[in-house]
Parts: sequence; structure tokens; C-alpha cells
Amino acid sequence: MRELKILAVLVVFTGLLYFGVEPYAHTQLHKHVDAPEYSFKDVDGLKGLKGDAIAGAAHVQANCIACHSMEKIGFPKLMDDATSAASYGVVPPDLVTSGLLYNAEYLAAFIKNPAKATQTEHKFKDGAVHPMPSYDWMQPQEIADMVAYLQSIAPKSVTNKEAFADACQRCHAIKYGDMLNGTMASFTPDANIMAYMGAMPPDLSQYIKSRSEQYLHEFINAPQKHLDGTAMPRVGLTEAAEAQVINYMIEVGDSSRDDRNSIGPKFLIYLLIFAVFAWLWKAKIWRDLH
Amino acid sequence: MAKITKANSLGEWFDQRLNTTAFTKVMMTEYWIPKDINFLWAMGVVLAVTFKILIISGIFLLMYYKPDVNLAFDSVNYTIMQEVAYGWLFRHMHGVAASVIFLVIYIHMFTGIYYGSYKKGREMIWITGMLLFVTFSAAGFSGYMLPWGQMSYWAASVITNLFAGGSLEAWGLVEWIRGGFTVNDATLTRFFMLHVFLLPLAIIVIIAVHFYTLRIPHVNNQESDDIDFDAEAEKYLSGDKKNAKVIPFWPVFLSKDFAVLGVFFIFYFYLVFFHFNFAMDPVNFDPADAMKTPAHIYPEWYFLWSYETLRGPFFDMMGMKAADIGLIIFGMAQGIFVVFPFLDRDPDVLPAHKRPLFNIWFWLLLVDLIVLSVYGKLPPSGANAYVGFAATAVFLVLWFALPIITKIDAKRRGAL
Repeated sequence: MRELKILAVLVVFTGLLYFGVEPYAHTQLHKHVDAPEYSFKDVDGLKGLKGDAIAGAAHVQANCIACHSMEKIGFPKLMDDATSAASYGVVPPDLVTSGLLYNAEYLAAFIKNPAKATQTEHKFKDGAVHPMPSYDWMQPQEIADMVAYLQSIAPKSVTNKEAFADACQRCHAIKYGDMLNGTMASFTPDANIMAYMGAMPPDLSQYIKSRSEQYLHEFINAPQKHLDGTAMPRVGLTEAAEAQVINYMIEVGDSSRDDRNSIGPKFLIYLLIFAVFAWLWKAKIWRDLH
Repeated sequence: MAKITKANSLGEWFDQRLNTTAFTKVMMTEYWIPKDINFLWAMGVVLAVTFKILIISGIFLLMYYKPDVNLAFDSVNYTIMQEVAYGWLFRHMHGVAASVIFLVIYIHMFTGIYYGSYKKGREMIWITGMLLFVTFSAAGFSGYMLPWGQMSYWAASVITNLFAGGSLEAWGLVEWIRGGFTVNDATLTRFFMLHVFLLPLAIIVIIAVHFYTLRIPHVNNQESDDIDFDAEAEKYLSGDKKNAKVIPFWPVFLSKDFAVLGVFFIFYFYLVFFHFNFAMDPVNFDPADAMKTPAHIYPEWYFLWSYETLRGPFFDMMGMKAADIGLIIFGMAQGIFVVFPFLDRDPDVLPAHKRPLFNIWFWLLLVDLIVLSVYGKLPPSGANAYVGFAATAVFLVLWFALPIITKIDAKRRGAL
């Protein structure tokens, strides 16, 4: 009985200490922001317009492919990454998956005014302009058509790695994704991306560990909420695409997760059996003593 | 020359050469421990086993770790964590054991304080124990630097900076410790040496001395009963196990330890697999960057209370700078526990619940250390700073009060 009382005291004080330095301290150390919002209600989007993909094809081919590739449907890159980074500041994305990865409302708003949609207008002041020009001179219907076209050419699904590559890798490396061959370096060369962003965008290999999953969702969905004034654009990923990006970060940065979850319970069951036998042995030996 | 005859068994062969029978008696079967103990008496063995886990997992990590500022981070987070089979398991075991061992050290320490197991001949047990606390702290600190993450780098900067002594501005000493003007590659390699060689060696030696210090004064018991170990051992050996107040180390004492270990292992491995962030701070998964100070720099949880005594005094007082006052209290906090046996002026060995004022003192100290730990992690702004300051003041007052209240307790009991 006395031992149980001592154990209770031990558990209470240890628990108090733990609660104070872990869960409680973390509520005080980190900023609280609203939950991610995936319908992008705030943007100047489609406004209920229905797009026509066939009409959109002509607009996209007339306005976009001078800079953007759509390799899978026969519009190859016109320059290698280094050259296009030198020309535009950052490598322009291939557009084939954009209709799948990005929210349609957001895409429309982005085409109209990229700096505004990405919430990076603070970067483009005093003569600096976003490398992608605003297309707000086009008719809203034409923009809706372009979005419809991008959705029509997009694949039904992509792998987690493809989602990451298309959404993030123009600026971010994730070198643990391919340590041997270095294919997961950022598409834009370091010198260009530093000049474009003002600082080196971090390698994301261990971001799944250094930031919580919740933080990553909140941050990717709206970077300014956590880091006021950051150069990181809001990219407008759909909820599903964002989950794929984070799953890729888990595959690369926390590859033991499945192992832990499958081996852990077995370990604990074994230890439970050990503990039972240890107590039985102790009871047997101490029986003669009292 | 020993008398060597043809041995009839392997045991006998060794016995003739190494005197194993007598050795086993002295160390195990006739090494006497009081019977009136509770599970807190198992913490020594729990510590020894946890230390063994640290050594074994550390050896495996050492096979792949690279002590170089350009390679360290990836050798830990890529090679060990992603590539090496079960590398993650060894790292988690090492990281979690390093944290949990401090919890058990604190429990072990406070058990000693509660039951008065540091005086009347047991001073050397306490002092060698505190030496172990210091060497384990150094091992914890040096080990934390090795993954070369942001917390590794900045904690190393902040702590080595302390050696400048505030207004003493002993920068030469800081540079000597770091091997450079800032924390750098030379700092990493020397702390690596300390962590994998010098400190473990020192710890092993001090553990041996710590065990030895128990032989003469013997282990204390729950009621602080002054036992005649020879007479009680006689009783036990003659078969009167029920009335004997002692038990042999093997198998009786250790059987209880193993039972406690069984429960401890479940707790420990649960943390290893499912709840390890507390021991492996997320911030340290960002690579070290001398140009980017993290928003909050804090040490591991087991250093938080002394860290808070450092930053608790946040305003200048009595013509002294706040930083200097903090440094003095911090320095005192590091050393004061060592002289505990000499600050306690009560000549009797008794558990705290039989020492009215000391009992209050004990629980106040415990609560104060927890408050210091929590506020050592919180940002020191607004009301937090005042709570930290007050807790630091209470910490100081408690130590000044210790000789006085222990004397009063003794006088009221008629012992002085």
C-alpha cells in the first residue's frame, strides 16, 4: 500500500513537470493561427463562371507557352532550368498537373494577379514585379476557360513525389529524397533562387520532424499566418494535393514511421510478459521473508 | 603461489585461479541490504541498466556518426535514421535513455534527500553521486551537440559563453574551450571526444567508487533504522529469514530490482517508439546555422531549473548587473547539492516525515524546482519573468534556511 502511495506521488510530480515543460510550454512558445482554409473564399476567383476547355486551349497556347512547358502533351521546355532561372529569376512551372494540384478559384485569381493571390505583394514594390505578369486585362470568362483547359489536361492522379516536385521543388530542395544522385535538388540554381527569394529557401528533408504536421498544413495553406512578411508564396494547393506533399515529406524525412508503429507494440507485449515473470519470481523469493 | 589441483569442473578451475566463490559471496550472496525498503531502492539498478543501454546504443551510433560540421547532421538524420537497418531504433533508444536517465537520477537523489541517506558516514555516497550527476550532465550536454542541429549549435554557444564569467569578460577562456572565436568544427570534435571517450570512462570509474562507498556505511532503509548488519546477517544465514532485517544482494534484492525494471522498461520503450519528441527537440532537426538564431533557445528539460536560476534575476541589483547575479546564483546552484550533508545540521538519520520543518523544506524544494523548470522553458516576458525571479529567490532562501531549520528540528527532538 505504501509503495502504491509513493508511486502515486512520483507519477503526479513527474506528470506535473512533464505537462509544464512540454504541452503547456509549447502552447506558449508557438503562435496560434486559424485552421487551414481550402476553399480560398478570399480570392478574386471564378465568380461562378463555368469554363470551356476548348476555348481555354487557344488562350493558354497564345498566352502561356512562351514561358511555361506542358511536356506531357507536347509542349517541351524551351530552355534548360539554369537558363530559364537566369531569364525569369525562378524556373517557371510545367502546367500539366496544375489543374489537379491547385484549387480552381485560386488558379483563376493567380492568373489575374499572381502577387496578390500568393500574398506576396510586399515583395513586389518599388518597381519590382512578379516574374509572371498579371492577366487581369483578360475577360473573366477567358480566364475561366483557361482554368477549365488546365483541369482537362491534368492527369487523374499523381504520385506523392510528383506532387512535391511540381508544387515545391522549383525553389526547395529535399536532398534526402535522393542522396546518391542529387535529383531532389531545387530546379532553380541556388544563386538565382537566393536572389529571387532574398534568402535560401530551406532544404525540406527534415521539415516533417522540425515542424509538426499541423504546422506544415497551416503554413503551406497560408504562409503569412505563421511568418508575417515571408517570401514564401501561398501556392493554393487543394487539400488532397497538400496531403500528398506532406506524405512525401514523411516518406523522405520520417521513413521509420511504419516500422516504429509495427515493431513498437510487439516490443511492449514482450516487455509486459517479462514484467509479469519478473514479479512472479520476486514474489516467490520474497514469500519466505515475511 | 596458490595451491592448484586438478579441477573437477569449470567453476572449480576458475575458483582456484580467481577465488570466484569468495568473490561471489562478497559481491552478491553475502552483500547485505536492509529488508525494509520500497521500490525507490531499485533506482540504482535502474540507473545502471539505463547507462548500459546508453553505452550499447551509443556504440552502434558511433559506427556511423561523423564528427565534422559538414557531415554530422546528415550522418545522424540521413545515414542513421533512414539508411542503416534499425538505426532509428538505436538513436531513439539513445536519445530517450539520455533524457529518462536524468528523471531517474532526480528520483534517486530525492530519495536520498527524503530518507537522509547522505549523512552519518554516508557523505561519500552522496558526494560521489553528485559527481556522477555532474559527469552525466556534461555527457548530456556534449551529446546534445553532436547531431549539429540548431539547438546543438545555439545551446553550445550560450553555455560556453557562460565561461566568460559575465563582467569578468574572460573571453580567452571561452575561446580556449571552443577552440575558436565561435562554436566551430574544433568545438564539435572536442565535445565528440568528451562524449564518447573521456566522460563515459570517468562515469564508469565514478560508478565503481559510488558502489564501493556503500560497503562500509551500508544502504539506508525506510525507517532509517540503525541496523547491526553482522548480527542480522548471522540470523539470515542461520535460516531465520523472517526475523532478519537484512537480505542478500543476490538473489533477493535483485529480484525486486528486476521486477521494477520490468515496469520501467515498459515505460521507457513506450517513449522510444511512440513519444520521443520530448527527448529529441524538433528545433534540432534544422541544421545548425550560425546566421539564424532560433526564436527560443532552451536546454533539455533536466537543465531547465538551473538555467532559470541563471536568467531569473533580470534586473540590476545592489550595483551588480543582472547577468552577473544570475551567473553567481547559477554557479551556486551547480555546487550547492554537493555540500548537502554539511548544510544539514541535524545529527540524526531520519526520513523527512519524522522531521517536521525539514519535511516542509523538502516538498517546497521539489515544487520550486518544478516551477523553475517550467519557467526555464517559457519565454521570459511579462509575468513569466517575475515568476522565474520569485522561484529563484525561493531557491536561494531555501538553501540559506536549511542549516537553521534542520537545527531547530534536532533541538525540538532533543538531539542537540
